[in-house]
Amino acid sequence: MANNEQTHSHFPWSHVIGFALSIILTLFALWVGFESGLSNTMIVVVVVGLALIQATIQLVMFMHMTESEDSKYQTGTILYALFIAIAVVVGTIWVMSFGMSHM
Amino acid sequence: MKWDEFFVTGDPLIYGADVSIALTLIGVIFVLTYFKKWKWLWTEWLTTVDHKKLGIMYVMAAVMMLFRGGVDALLMRAQLTVPDAGFLDSTHYNEIFTTHGTIMIIFMAMPFLIGLMNVVIPLQIGARDVAYPFLNAVSFWTFFMGAMLFNISFVIGGSPSAGWTSYVPLAGLELSPSVGQNYYLLGLQIAGIGTLLTGINFLVTILKMRAPGMKLMQMPIFTWSSLITSVIIVFAFPVLTVALALMTFDRLFGSHFFTLMDGGMPMLWANLFWIWGHPEVYIVILPAFGMFSEIISTFARKTLFGYKAMVYSMVVIAGLSFLVWVHHFFTMGAGGAVNSFFSITTMLIAVPTGVKIFNWLFTLYKGRIKFTTAMLWSLAFIPNFVIGGVTGVMLAMAAADYQYHNTYFLVAHFHYVLISGTVYACFAGLHFWYPKMFNHRLNEKLGKWTFWIFVAGFNLCFFPMYFLGLAGMPRRVYTYGAADGWMSLNVLATMGGVLMGIGFLILVYNIYFSFRYSPRETTGDPWDGRTLEWATAAPVPFYNFAHVPEVKGHDAYWIAKKEGRAKEKKPYKPIHMPSNSGVPVIMSTFFFISGFGMVFSWHWMSIAGLIGVLATMVIRSFDYDKGFYVSVEEIEKHEQTTE
Ligand code: HEM
Ligand SMILES: [Cu+2]
Repeated sequence: MANNEQTHSHFPWSHVIGFALSIILTLFALWVGFESGLSNTMIVVVVVGLALIQATIQLVMFMHMTESEDSKYQTGTILYALFIAIAVVVGTIWVMSFGMSHM
Repeated sequence: MKWDEFFVTGDPLIYGADVSIALTLIGVIFVLTYFKKWKWLWTEWLTTVDHKKLGIMYVMAAVMMLFRGGVDALLMRAQLTVPDAGFLDSTHYNEIFTTHGTIMIIFMAMPFLIGLMNVVIPLQIGARDVAYPFLNAVSFWTFFMGAMLFNISFVIGGSPSAGWTSYVPLAGLELSPSVGQNYYLLGLQIAGIGTLLTGINFLVTILKMRAPGMKLMQMPIFTWSSLITSVIIVFAFPVLTVALALMTFDRLFGSHFFTLMDGGMPMLWANLFWIWGHPEVYIVILPAFGMFSEIISTFARKTLFGYKAMVYSMVVIAGLSFLVWVHHFFTMGAGGAVNSFFSITTMLIAVPTGVKIFNWLFTLYKGRIKFTTAMLWSLAFIPNFVIGGVTGVMLAMAAADYQYHNTYFLVAHFHYVLISGTVYACFAGLHFWYPKMFNHRLNEKLGKWTFWIFVAGFNLCFFPMYFLGLAGMPRRVYTYGAADGWMSLNVLATMGGVLMGIGFLILVYNIYFSFRYSPRETTGDPWDGRTLEWATAAPVPFYNFAHVPEVKGHDAYWIAKKEGRAKEKKPYKPIHMPSNSGVPVIMSTFFFISGFGMVFSWHWMSIAGLIGVLATMVIRSFDYDKGFYVSVEEIEKHEQTTE
């Protein structure tokens, strides 16, 4: 609060572009899922690819990943986030593929 | 939709509730108007961004929710006291255990802890507010509106009835066609925004706003526990958000994420729910651990034993808590490898928890213990929590869990950890930090009455449940037969429940009594405290610290007192503070409107509400208010009380 007074007078271009790109990528993923007629495996691959691109865009354009100087917290957070993401995704696939007919 | 589908009809209990809600509303409006308090309410409370006031509102709302959840609990106990009771029918019983569980975890335990965090953390780290005061107000109001949305379900439209875990297909459209389940989804979604923002806010506050000199390893342990909790919130809550959104799509827009048909995966809901759910139980226990640590160290009059071990065990818990979730559905039958893996991780997480127990014991060892009410709660916590933890490890054995799962044994386990952990901590913390909130103490004598009655009642209520579980009584049944032989233990449990209710009433009376008769604080340091919150004046001025304190080690205020620096005089400088804002409460009201519209699938209403939300965000974006300065004269006026 008190000591944070630098003003951002310039237009927030990177936010606008990031926002637009996110929407476009999402719509594209939707199109791939419903309309493209690709095989199921291809759909999964493309959608996961788009998701990764979008995650990167958000980290760089909204989370200012490249702009911060104290890299200690930064690396810590990224590593922890990676750990959780992998645990959740890999864990879920592992858990849910046992004894379930829908996979 | 006809009006008798909109309002819940046909049950005298509900009509009673309708009347009391209406009367309360009329009473509140009358009192506010009669005493001309509307403006006061708006400027002092509804628009405040002061962390202490938000904290007070959180705690008050949590106490109200404790009452609501407690009434639910007593209704259930009344029904289960004797076999074949006809007090509640099965639907009604299902609704009540669902609202009880949801309210107690989401709208009681978390807000109570977050409320105390709000009051204490900035004071403990020597800050003048949290990092994002405006966001903090948004947190509170979204929580409050989410809670209200969930709570009106029982008079408008009907309550959810699929359990606080809301497993599909039971919670899906075919088996729960009423709007009740929508209330669950949207109430939690809106309140979840608030929780997530709180996590971010406190993470940044603790990392960035500490007084100069306070290194990470010198932070008070409650601050540490809140930091770890915030990290867990930030990573766990998005999972809940997504899971709730997917189920909302299933119910409102006909998608098939969790349905039985068309390739949906019902168990994926359980999976996602517990990926959030297990970290959630650590979200509600870690701050409790932190509070007990502060209180035990203060009243044993020693520094905390094994500070580093405490910190590291919490860090380990933050990691492990994301690796154990399957223990909640071992009986899904995911196969030997999966169950063994999660069985072992679950047992592992008991290790850092055990480490902390020994730290508390060694802190007590050779301490000159003062038996205040706050300390009594903390002392009772240790043996009771051990019972809960040990039975948790029993549940962690996947093979054995096939027997325990969904019996009263499980019910006893989680009440032993949640009540003797979280609820005792809330009561202990309330007594301990009450002077910082209201500038007087809670009456110790009444406090001790509450303590003894509640603790006796708690053990009488839940210890028999272990044996009920072993005797085969399943959870979530609305009645049982005389031949089952479960009556005597159930009678004991109900008696315990009534005692807890009495204990709670004494606590509420204590709040009133102390407000009227407790002497006001003069020093700001009623307990001979160790950490910086006790360095503030009485009453705590809205800017907290006239001088930002200097920290020279762990237990900063204790050191300052020992070195005679506690009451130093220095010239004051103007203080910069954030301005109040009406945007958070208005924005959250729009969230409420939108949520209410979605519950009933009135899309015009939900869209209108969302437009309102967006509009308030735009207004906020163009708000260039940079706060204001407190003049030196005003600071002098406030600080005079501390002589
Ligand atoms: C010593 C560490 C702990 C262990 C090993 C443990 C283990 C377990 C296991 C295995 C279950 C699932 C049992 C079943 O469904 O059959 C369970 C349920 C539960 N535990 Fe724990 N637990 C521990 C600590 C805690 C804490 C600290 C809390 C909260 C403060 C907690 C709250 C719960 C709740 C709420 C449930 C049941 C939720 C439901 O099904 O509705 N546990 N615990
Ligand atoms: Cu768990």
